[in-house]
Amino acid sequence: MAYRHVVGPRTHVFADLAALMAKATPVRSGDRLAGLAAESAEENAAAKWCLAEVPIAEILARPLIPYEADDVTRLILDTHDANAFAEIGHLTVGDFREFLLTASSGTLARIAPAVTPEIAAAVSKIMRNQDLIAVARKARIVTRFRNTIGLPGTLAVRLQPNHPTDDPAGITAAILDGLSLGCGDAVIGINPASDSVQALGDLLHLLDEMIQRHAIPTQGCVLTHVTTTLEAMERGLPVDLVFQSIAGTQAANASFGVTLSVLKEAHEAMLALKRGTLGDNGLYFETGQGSALSADAHHGIDQQTLEARAYAVARVFRPLLVNTVVGFIGPEYLYDGKEIIRAGLEDHFCGKLMGVPLGVDVCYTNHAEADQDDMDTLLTLLGAAGCTYIMGVPGADDVMLNYQSTSFHDALYLREVLGLKRAPEFEAWLQGIGLTDGQGALLPGPAGLPLLGSAPGLAA
Amino acid sequence: MRTCRRSACTRSVPVMETDDPQKIWARLAGLTPARIGLGRAGSFLPTRAVLRFGLDHAQARDAVHTPMDADAVAEAIGALGLGTLRAASRAPDRASYLRRPDLGRRLAPEDRAALEASEGGADLALVVADGLSARAVHEGAAPLLAAFAPHAERAGWRLAPVVVAAQARVALGDEIGAALRARAVAVLIGERPGLSSPDSLGIYLTLAPRVGRSDAERNCISNVRAAGLTHDRAAFRLAWLLERALALGLTGVRLKDESDRALASGGTAAAVEDASRA
Repeated sequence: MAYRHVVGPRTHVFADLAALMAKATPVRSGDRLAGLAAESAEENAAAKWCLAEVPIAEILARPLIPYEADDVTRLILDTHDANAFAEIGHLTVGDFREFLLTASSGTLARIAPAVTPEIAAAVSKIMRNQDLIAVARKARIVTRFRNTIGLPGTLAVRLQPNHPTDDPAGITAAILDGLSLGCGDAVIGINPASDSVQALGDLLHLLDEMIQRHAIPTQGCVLTHVTTTLEAMERGLPVDLVFQSIAGTQAANASFGVTLSVLKEAHEAMLALKRGTLGDNGLYFETGQGSALSADAHHGIDQQTLEARAYAVARVFRPLLVNTVVGFIGPEYLYDGKEIIRAGLEDHFCGKLMGVPLGVDVCYTNHAEADQDDMDTLLTLLGAAGCTYIMGVPGADDVMLNYQSTSFHDALYLREVLGLKRAPEFEAWLQGIGLTDGQGALLPGPAGLPLLGSAPGLAA
Repeated sequence: MRTCRRSACTRSVPVMETDDPQKIWARLAGLTPARIGLGRAGSFLPTRAVLRFGLDHAQARDAVHTPMDADAVAEAIGALGLGTLRAASRAPDRASYLRRPDLGRRLAPEDRAALEASEGGADLALVVADGLSARAVHEGAAPLLAAFAPHAERAGWRLAPVVVAAQARVALGDEIGAALRARAVAVLIGERPGLSSPDSLGIYLTLAPRVGRSDAERNCISNVRAAGLTHDRAAFRLAWLLERALALGLTGVRLKDESDRALASGGTAAAVEDASRA
């Protein structure tokens, strides 16, 4: 069904809901590359007017990718909470924006299972950045494995100690650096350079021994393909979190070599290990706008809507952590700092609205028109929006993946400016070993002194 | 390791026997190229670390945006005794190149005609492509080809003239290889610069090149630079892969790169050195 909107002498026609949503999206290079973006500023504005008048019940009733053709669509519709939807089902997209801006945290929690990714994406497209921040801030999603992530007033950090050749001593050195700067409550998560199970085993043991030796209330993860992690679990290796990159269409997931049934199998294997002490949220997903187009699996749908569909995949597995890797994919999808900042806020909002514990890898590559100032802006906005966690990379320079993310120091900055605390168990541990004071501030003196006993090659 | 001996110390804090923390951090920093042990000014980076990062980012940005000096690159390759040709993709400038990867994968029509008109039928077409780092090409392309030429000579491979290609993506090599009617194509291309590696060259080998080949049908050798994989080793690896590719009739995920094993055995390691001396 075509949608129309009249502006003075011109009638803007949008062929179907997918086209309307694409043209209503704040313009970005990936949608241009796909030939889906609005062709003029007026068309973009007209599409927003038109989309605001669409009932959200209509969005639910008109799947952008047919039920028969795509298992993500089936998952979205099969898990939809019709009872919770009764509270919002009468609203248009425009009304829904106002509903969200005035809703309480309790209301947001109640309606989360009724919000499909397409509904979340639709309303985000007519929201300004301040709307995205204000609503996300009210949504609280708390998850637990060995600590408690997502409590109001907290921000967690994934310690990302990557090394170009997976050298254990080099990785340990980076972990010590991160811990000594008070980071690592979300997870200590390594992106391995090698994808062999042998290398995976070495890194899993390294993480397990480090966490046990210092009794750190956190979890470890080696971010390798889920099938490799499954094999590691079968071999009895110490797997805490199970990681996988996911996307918003069946075909895009297939390009990652992953299916919903493999994720289900991995979820069950993780639960059976019972390694979480406070809870059983044991999955960790990464996503990012543009992955479906990159895999030629986008079905003519804009990249932001497809990104929200990835959160529907994540949601059913009750993950501990989900983050968009917002600026990693490159300028053909998000061209500059402005596009990256907008996308980061959209992704965080959509995830939180859907009840997913969303963190953001605030990042960019050297061929994007972005720099540290842009990252400071997005980081600060996400801190205000109640982002669940960010990355902690030594000096913001990932020497394995060749991109710039946020640093341990960036996390300290955000805590100081916005008064954000760590996961409470981790905060207590840092204080207990003498790294921080009662307010969570790092104590003066040599960095990480209580931890240096495990410095590689130095322990007596 | 021992515990703190000072009488005022009420906690059991493990400290090192001999090293002071500064020395420990200096040693730790030597274990990884990551930016650790930077120190802090309150919650913030020391000035020196901020300026260092800014300089490194500037160099990486320059690597992306500096145009390739195709004349100089062709001259350096010509000095090795190799013929050269020029080509450009359909991306007219850097801004289009960055936004439209599809344009960077296709030859400008007039260049395709010129390549088709040249004498074809080589075993290997070599393409030197600016990609995302002209600096990597300026510094690394000729030395790599110099290291590779002796391998080609020993194997008796017939080489097409080296095509120096501007505003090029990896897949541009498919169209170039097809236009030259070569059995295989190797694209030497400037990789996306990292903050600590603005000069890294990648090599992509594809058998039976034609438009539409997927990345799964290529073999990749990455991180070729002075501080990474050396030119001699990269050339050896390329020769190893090409020999297997021509024998097995395939490149890509089914062609496993075991050149490290070959390199580890004495005879072939000697071959690398011979080649580099030749």
